[in-house]
Amino acid sequence: MAQCEGFDIQLSAYVDGELEELGVAGVEAHLKECPACARRVEGERRLRAAFRKHLAPVRASEELRADVREAIAAAGRQAAASGKPGARPWRAAQWLALAATIAVAVLGGRQWALWSLARRTAPLEAELLTAHVRSLQLSHLTDVPSSDHHTVKPWFAGKLDYSPPVPELDSLGFRLIGGRLDYVRDRPTAVIVYGRRQHIINLFLWPSGDSTAATKVETDRGYNSVHGAGGGIAYWAISDLDVTELRQFVDLAMKSR
Amino acid sequence: MDAHGRTRFEQTMLPHLDAAYSLARYLVRDEHDAEDMVQDAYLRALRYFESYRGGDERAWLLTIVRRTCYSWLKRRRDRPAPAAFDETEHAAELAGDPETQAVHGDLRDLLSRAVDDLPIEFREVVVLRDVQDLSYKEIARILGIPLGTVMSRLARARRRLQSALPVEDFGRA
Repeated sequence: MAQCEGFDIQLSAYVDGELEELGVAGVEAHLKECPACARRVEGERRLRAAFRKHLAPVRASEELRADVREAIAAAGRQAAASGKPGARPWRAAQWLALAATIAVAVLGGRQWALWSLARRTAPLEAELLTAHVRSLQLSHLTDVPSSDHHTVKPWFAGKLDYSPPVPELDSLGFRLIGGRLDYVRDRPTAVIVYGRRQHIINLFLWPSGDSTAATKVETDRGYNSVHGAGGGIAYWAISDLDVTELRQFVDLAMKSR
Repeated sequence: MDAHGRTRFEQTMLPHLDAAYSLARYLVRDEHDAEDMVQDAYLRALRYFESYRGGDERAWLLTIVRRTCYSWLKRRRDRPAPAAFDETEHAAELAGDPETQAVHGDLRDLLSRAVDDLPIEFREVVVLRDVQDLSYKEIARILGIPLGTVMSRLARARRRLQSALPVEDFGRA
């Protein structure tokens, strides 16, 4: 019935009481003439009633409730243990604490090991390493997944008080995966994510007056870190990529400006 | 965040734990994974709580739960996906006598299995509407889609459900 087509998507909204007055009048007039649609409406009502009766929100278990409360409290304890009370919220240490809490709460022991590993190293490097690990394991690699730097660069506008460079290195074998806003040293920080073969590289960028050639900073259990600065920007790359290639990557990124 | 902020967070967000869990349960289709999603989502919510400007806190929380589930599903996508939903096949399988099934306490399973069999974009509108009882407007906000899209997705989802379930035999409330 050709005239049913216009009503097709309105029937559910009609049953849900979500149709505006005019639409309601139209649907009701149509239902008087069309047994097929009237049957569908009847079916929808039965379906809805059955859902309401039998599929009320699934109750979360008491264990889950306790776990969530505990995770919130743990995040608080970690926060209290670091930083002065009343100080600006979400200091770097708290982010680390939260990362640790999430890692433990969600993923268990392996992440805890990584976190402890991060904690043993110097604070900034540890923070970057933790951010890197978190980005790989807590499903938050990119906020703006895109291989187009014209998409990634403008995405940061308004989110940062600086405009991060988004080096184009595709032709050199480092493909752009996207961008992410992370927090480093208590500040929102741009992270550009690249891929090389199966390796993920997190490139952290922030303003800096330094000028340093790309140098290896730290190697710890398979994670490499290379730092460089120039042109007003500090570059920190972290990856499980081979350190020579990672240094080459930072070199290229700095030169591509 | 100070202790006061955390207390406020708990008071505002913990009442919606069941809603959060239900959504996660239907999105990831596994109770244990859903619990992980909920914990992760609550910690994310805690992190973002300072940027929460009031308004519908349930919708705000569910948006985070949904994002958490989606990114987790995305990471898992290389695993084999469940077979595509075949209405004709399922219609036969599902069309048991609802009375008998109710006696065995199975009607709930039947319904939730039918929802689980929907593609995710239909599943989430059905869960938000029919399980969580949210308005179309709230659903549109959580999913970040226009109101008209909510309407048409629900219509298509319900049409699938009607052909998959023995609706004729269901009572009217």
